[in-house]
Amino acid sequence: MTTPSSHDALLQLSSQEYKLGFSVDLEADTVPRGLSEDIVRLISRKKNEPPWLLEWRLKAYRHWTTMREPKWAKITYGPIDYQAITYYSAPKPKGPAPKSLDEVDPEIRAMYQKLGISLVEQERLAGVAVDAVLDSVSVATTFKRQLADLGILFGSFSEAVHDHPDLVRKWLGTVVPHNDNYFAALNSAVFSDGSFAYIPKGVRCPMELSTYFRINAAGTGQFERTLIVAEEGAYVSYLEGCSAPMRDEHQLHAAVVELVALDNAEIKYSTIQNWYPGDKDGKGGVYNFVTKRGKALGRNSKISWTQVETGSAITWKYPSCWLIGDNSIGEFYSVAVTGHRQQADTGTKMIHIGKNTRSTIVSKGISAGHGQNTYRGQVKILKGAVNARNYSQCDSLLLGDTCGAHTFPDIEVMDPTAQMEHEATTSKIGEDQLFYSQQRGLSQEDAVGMIVNGFCKKVFLNLPLEFAVEAQKLLLVSLNLEGTVG
Amino acid sequence: MGAPMLEIRGLRAKVGDLEILRGVDLTLHAGEVHAIMGPNGSGKSTLAGVLAGRPTYEVTGGSVRYEGKDLLAMRPEVRAREGVFLAFQYPVEIPGVSNAYFLKSAVNSIRRHRGEPELDSADFVGLVAEKMKVLGLDEAVMKRGVNEGFSGGEKKRNEIFQMAVLEPRLAVLDETDSGLDIDALRVVAAGVNAMRSPQRTILVITHYQRLLTYIVPDRVHVLSAGRIVRSGDKGLALELEQKGYAGVEAAGA
Repeated sequence: MTTPSSHDALLQLSSQEYKLGFSVDLEADTVPRGLSEDIVRLISRKKNEPPWLLEWRLKAYRHWTTMREPKWAKITYGPIDYQAITYYSAPKPKGPAPKSLDEVDPEIRAMYQKLGISLVEQERLAGVAVDAVLDSVSVATTFKRQLADLGILFGSFSEAVHDHPDLVRKWLGTVVPHNDNYFAALNSAVFSDGSFAYIPKGVRCPMELSTYFRINAAGTGQFERTLIVAEEGAYVSYLEGCSAPMRDEHQLHAAVVELVALDNAEIKYSTIQNWYPGDKDGKGGVYNFVTKRGKALGRNSKISWTQVETGSAITWKYPSCWLIGDNSIGEFYSVAVTGHRQQADTGTKMIHIGKNTRSTIVSKGISAGHGQNTYRGQVKILKGAVNARNYSQCDSLLLGDTCGAHTFPDIEVMDPTAQMEHEATTSKIGEDQLFYSQQRGLSQEDAVGMIVNGFCKKVFLNLPLEFAVEAQKLLLVSLNLEGTVG
Repeated sequence: MGAPMLEIRGLRAKVGDLEILRGVDLTLHAGEVHAIMGPNGSGKSTLAGVLAGRPTYEVTGGSVRYEGKDLLAMRPEVRAREGVFLAFQYPVEIPGVSNAYFLKSAVNSIRRHRGEPELDSADFVGLVAEKMKVLGLDEAVMKRGVNEGFSGGEKKRNEIFQMAVLEPRLAVLDETDSGLDIDALRVVAAGVNAMRSPQRTILVITHYQRLLTYIVPDRVHVLSAGRIVRSGDKGLALELEQKGYAGVEAAGA
C-alpha cells in the first residue's frame, strides 16, 4: 500500500476554470471584416477625427504593410488571418450619447456589474475612477468631474482627441512611434479607443485611475491605445483590468501604452490581465500582443510597471522604461501564470541613458498543465549613463511535470561605472514544502495556494491594496485553487 | 494501562527498490516518552516519515494503529489534524509565507477538524505569546517567512514552538538535536519537557545519547537494519554511549 501521492492532485490543480466567459447580446455598429486603407479611413471617419490623426494612422498602416510578424518569441500559434478580423465594433447607442452614468445603457451597466466593475460611483470601488472600454469604445468614465476640479484629465482617448487635441498631438507616438514594431504599427493604424490621462504640474492624483477593457463582440480584435502624461512633480497610480467571453476562435488584442513622466513625476501602472485563456486543449483564447513603454524623461522621474498576467492563450509583452532623466527610476514587477496550453513570453527592457539611473526587475513565472512561461528581459546601460544600477530577479515555479519555464536575460553594459545584479531560480513546487504544510494540518490545495501566493508576494506588495486582494484571488482561481486562502 | 496510543506491527517500508524498514514492532502508551536510537542508515528517519505519511516512502507490509485507528490509511494532513506531529530533521523554508500565517492556518485546520471555532488573529496572538517566550523566539520571527533565513538552531526551536502551539497527542521528534549547540539543546529540551503530559506520547529519534540526558525517556529502543533489535530503560542509552552500536547489537543478538 502506498501513502496517497501528492502528485496526482498537483496535476489536477492546473485545470483552469474561466469565470468571466459570458457574452452579452448588444446591437453593434461594426465595420466590414478585413484591413485596408479604406477601413482605416472608415474608422477615423466614424470617430470624427481631425485630418492629422487620419494621416498618422495611414502612415502607420502603410508602414505595417511592409513589415513582417515577429517570430523571435518562444511562442507557437497558427497563422493570424488579418483580413478575417473585424477592426471596429461599438455597441449601438439606443439614443443620444449618455450625459451621465445613470444614462448608460442598463444592459451595459449590468454586464459590468457582473464583471464586478461598478459604473455607479461610490460603490464597491469607491475611490477608484473607472473608464470602461467595451470592444472598440469607451462606454463610461466615473469621477470625471471631481478629477477635472484638480485639472486632471481622465477619460476615453477618443474624447481627448476632440477635447484636448494639442496635448494628444504633442505626445502621441513619442514613446511608441507609429512604426515601432509590427503590432504597434497595426495598433497605430486601427486603434479605436483607450484611456487618456493627464496630470498637471504638481498635482498628486488623489484616487486610482483605472480602465476596464472588455471584448464582447465575436470575431473582433481589440486595439486600444493608452496615453498617460505626468507633468513636473505630478503623481498618478493607474490600473487596467480586462476580460473576454469564452469563444472557440482566437481573438486578437494588440494594444499600445505610452507613459511620459517629466521632472520629479511618478507614474505607477498596474495591470491585471485576465483575457480568456482558451480551454484545456488550447481551443480559443485571446492572442495578446502588447507594446508598453514609459519614458522617464525628467530628472528624478519614476515609472513603475506591475503586472499580473493570468489570462490569454498567448501573451507577448515587455513593459519597458527608457530612463532618460538623470536619477530616474524604472521598475518592473511581474507575475505571469500559464496553465493548460497557455504561452507567455513576457519581461521588460530597462534602457539606462541618464546618470544615476536605477532599475529593478522582479519577475515571477508560474507554469502548470502544459503551460509555457518565458521571461525575456533586456537591461542596457548606454555610454554616459554614469553610476547606473540594475537589480534583476527572475524566479520560476513549476507545478507538475508537463509545463515549462524559460529565461532569456540580455544584459548590455557600455558604461564601466554600472552596477548589475542578477538572480534567477527555477523550482518545482516543493514536495517538501507541500508535505511540511500537510504535516501541520493544511490540505494540499491550501498548501499549494499558500506557497504560490508566497512566491508572488514581492510583486503583489506593489499593487494598490484593493487590487492586491483581487490579484491574489484571481491567481488562485486561475490555478483552480479558489476558496483556499482567504 | 489502557489501550496503546500507537501500535506498530511488522511495519515494512521501502524507498524505490530499497527496503529500509523490515518488520518494526513498537507499542507506545499515553504519557510515555520513548527514544529510538540507531546508527546512520538504520531506518530512524524512515520510521518518522512513514508515521507522518511522507510520500517518498512506500509501506509494503505491517500495520500502524493510532488511538485504535488505521494510521496508514489517513492522508498526511488528516494524521496531523488527528494529533500526530513530526518535528522535522530539516525544517522546510516557505518564502513569502509568514510564520504567523502558516501557523494560524495550521491551528485552524486542526480546530475545524475537531469541530471547534476558528481562532481570529487576536486569539492567535494570545495563544502564541507565552510559548514563544519559553523557546526564546522573538515576535519579529512571526512576521518572517516560514524558516526563511533561519539559523539551524532557530529552525529547530521553531519546530518545538509549533509543537507547543499545536498540542499534538503523538509527537515524533526526528533528530531534533542535530546541529544544535549545548545552549540551544537545553532550550529545545526544556520546550519538549514542558510538553510531557499523561495524555501525550513523545517519540524521540536521535543518534546521540546527549539529548536523552535532557529529555529523559521511559523506554529506549535500538533500531538496526530496519528492525528494533533491543529495548530497555534509560540505562540502555548510556550503554550505547559506552559500547557503541556495534557492541550493543552484538549483545542483543
